[in-house]
Amino acid sequence: MADLNAGDSIPEVKVTPDKYLPHRYAGASGDFNPIHIDNDFATMVGLPRNILHGLYSMAQVARAQTEAAGGDPRSLRRLKVQFRGMGVPEEEIVVTGTVRERDGDTVIVDTEATQAGNGIIRNAEAEIELR
Amino acid sequence: MPVNTEAIGKEYPSVTYEVGSEKIREYADAVGETGDVHRDREAAEAAGFRDVVAPPMFVVVYSSKALAPAILDPEVGINFATMVHGGQEFVWGEPVCSGDTITTTAKVTDISEKDGKGFYVFESTSTNQDGDEVVRATWTNIVRGV
Repeated sequence: MADLNAGDSIPEVKVTPDKYLPHRYAGASGDFNPIHIDNDFATMVGLPRNILHGLYSMAQVARAQTEAAGGDPRSLRRLKVQFRGMGVPEEEIVVTGTVRERDGDTVIVDTEATQAGNGIIRNAEAEIELR
Repeated sequence: MPVNTEAIGKEYPSVTYEVGSEKIREYADAVGETGDVHRDREAAEAAGFRDVVAPPMFVVVYSSKALAPAILDPEVGINFATMVHGGQEFVWGEPVCSGDTITTTAKVTDISEKDGKGFYVFESTSTNQDGDEVVRATWTNIVRGV
């Protein structure tokens, strides 16, 4: 069982979504909004390029929590995030987190995801159950 | 123009989704969830699941179709040109496994305005075929220049 206590950092998760990741995620999730999969459309509406799905980035934050807890998908009980900035393909995402408090087997983690130092998911709070 | 708050409390028809193991695998591949429990029935059963288990964030696959009519509702009145997905919260219950039938119901919980931005908050609840809650979700969309 993973041991996480107040002040501990959770192991970082680093992933670089490739150029075609938004297309695969669109197919997997069912979200085909063209801002994610059509570079021409995205630039036409004023974005720098096609952007990542926010819920893909949130899934990386979620994965960091379950991995920190030892890999059991049941360990993630709650996750609350704010989407800020825009995630883009072909740039490394780094998920970090710090344990705020622990009560028995329940752990609260303050966590975020950044790309090149810019927050794409901020003020996120996860509740993990160690089991 | 002030936001229209009349739709607060409005509920939408529930949507049912049948969970399959290949969809779980496709989703797990896309988000980088590499665990055997998302791919292999024997591994999942050995870990105490009924069948191949979905990663927690698979919630987007079975619940978004229930949210769409709420977000698109003209009575709610979201301007999509300036909408961003502002925030998200999920509270998980029973794990979701291949073979489950998940029913999701969505409603509008709040519409408000602050500093020229509209905040549209939706809640969805998903239950499995046994009536157990699998997830409760809060979706917040922000619209600039309301």
